[in-house]
Amino acid sequence: MANTLDQIFVLLQHWILSLLPVWLQPLAGALLSVIAIIVVFAALFAISVLLERKGLGRMQNRIGPNRVGPLGILQPVADGIKALIKEDVVPYNADHVVHFLAPILLVVVVFMGYAVLPMGRNMTFVPMDAGLLFYFAMGASAELSVFMAGWSSRNKYSLLGAMRAIAQMISYEVPLLMSSVVVVMMTGSLSLDKIVAVQNQYTWGLPHWFIFTPMGLAAFLMFAIAAMAETNRSPFDLPESESELIAGYFTEYSGFKFAEFFLGEYVAMLSISGLGTTLFLGGWSAPLEVLSFVPSWLWFFGKIMLSICVYIWLRGTFPRLRQDQLMNFAWKFVLPMTLLNLIVAGLWRFLGEGWLRWVVCSAILLAAYIIGGRTGMKSEHFGPRSYRYAE
Amino acid sequence: MIVFWILAVVTVAGALSAMLLRNVVHCALALTVAFAGLALEFLRLDAQFVGFAQILVYVGAVAILVVFAILLTRSSETPQTGVFSRTWLAGLVVAAAVFSVLAWAVLQSGAALPHESAAPQVTVAEVGNALMSRYVLPLEIVAVLLTAAMIGAVIVAMHEKKEAK
Repeated sequence: MANTLDQIFVLLQHWILSLLPVWLQPLAGALLSVIAIIVVFAALFAISVLLERKGLGRMQNRIGPNRVGPLGILQPVADGIKALIKEDVVPYNADHVVHFLAPILLVVVVFMGYAVLPMGRNMTFVPMDAGLLFYFAMGASAELSVFMAGWSSRNKYSLLGAMRAIAQMISYEVPLLMSSVVVVMMTGSLSLDKIVAVQNQYTWGLPHWFIFTPMGLAAFLMFAIAAMAETNRSPFDLPESESELIAGYFTEYSGFKFAEFFLGEYVAMLSISGLGTTLFLGGWSAPLEVLSFVPSWLWFFGKIMLSICVYIWLRGTFPRLRQDQLMNFAWKFVLPMTLLNLIVAGLWRFLGEGWLRWVVCSAILLAAYIIGGRTGMKSEHFGPRSYRYAE
Repeated sequence: MIVFWILAVVTVAGALSAMLLRNVVHCALALTVAFAGLALEFLRLDAQFVGFAQILVYVGAVAILVVFAILLTRSSETPQTGVFSRTWLAGLVVAAAVFSVLAWAVLQSGAALPHESAAPQVTVAEVGNALMSRYVLPLEIVAVLLTAAMIGAVIVAMHEKKEAK
């Protein structure tokens, strides 16, 4: 019974395919998976938007949306209808073709990343040998759409926002990649299915997740920071800071195109949470061996939604960074730490089994964190803000 | 075969419009289309590593670099005059010469290599193993070269900043 429930979507797909003629099956199978991914993540997008509005409301001592439907749970539907029927305003001077293509490219590229994420046992759309590489290749393409949006609007704020966004995304992509390489070093494979399979083992009923190793924990923290910056979420939301840039690169987008950017941002957030889950939190594996009877996909989506809650919590808690703080943090603290983490991961491999490697690796990382943090704080001058104007 | 022709048309069209369009930013975007077409062509040939690296490096980094260079160095206004330089004939001759040498080398390489019965299956894991065992020295040399280039770039940037003060 538990096994059937675990594989219910796979069985459902097989059953639907068995109704079709043989020559149609490969095409229909792919189409079915694509539709399932798009529908499921669009639904999760609606849920996380509602969760965010409600949760942020509570954190800011407001009630949040409570008019549409019971307790306001139909708010995303109303938002969707509003976005669809709004007028699509394109600036007169805008570059129409590029302006039109930018949001589409973003949504397409963001959804492509899901192709390699294992969402449950046997539930990877394309079980690729180089899954991680594919994911990062798709993530890198999103920067281009941000540039296209900012440049084609012919608006100085949009262009500034786009430049900020690209600078930020490039800076934080390096630590994102580097912290994932630790996992690749520990598994010896770029395939996300293999990475989950390695973590899906238990000692004394406890899982072998990578977050429970010293460099795995360090890598996970840096991955989370970099992921937050990569998706332009608060406290790293400088590219779209409303108070300075009037929403940055999508200032000139209205109606459904704006909704596409909004969708792109949330779907990217869900997708990078999925990647973080897969790499460090054991993907679809259960947190305790006794809980293995719960369907694997439930664990995966549960972990994703938990990450989304952390995202919302951080957004409600932290103030926005300044541009120089953002860059300094990426290049002077996170990047050296990820590089050190790679060395520690190698050390872990060669110290062999036993308690010694736990002590040594934890000590190195902790010492580096404390020394790096202290020296970094010392060179900062905390005082009244000084402004320097262009001459 | 149909896939090849679609990709070929997209790639060549991207490259041509990168050359012929008037707006420099449009050219950069068209060049990106050509890069992406090439990457898909690599993937179609089962060269996963090269294909993904092409997307990651060229679409993700080089295209952004080109765009940044355009925006930071000159205004992205559309020139009113034609986009052909005066020495286009010489340029065409040089390009044709380079192309013919490359094409000749590619066509000759079939005879130089031993005949293989089937197309080799090169997985990403094999590329990684080869880089880490047999080709580790070239890899290290490239790494040192790139680090030196990066330090050089940083030094150049720092020097300018000091003079400005």
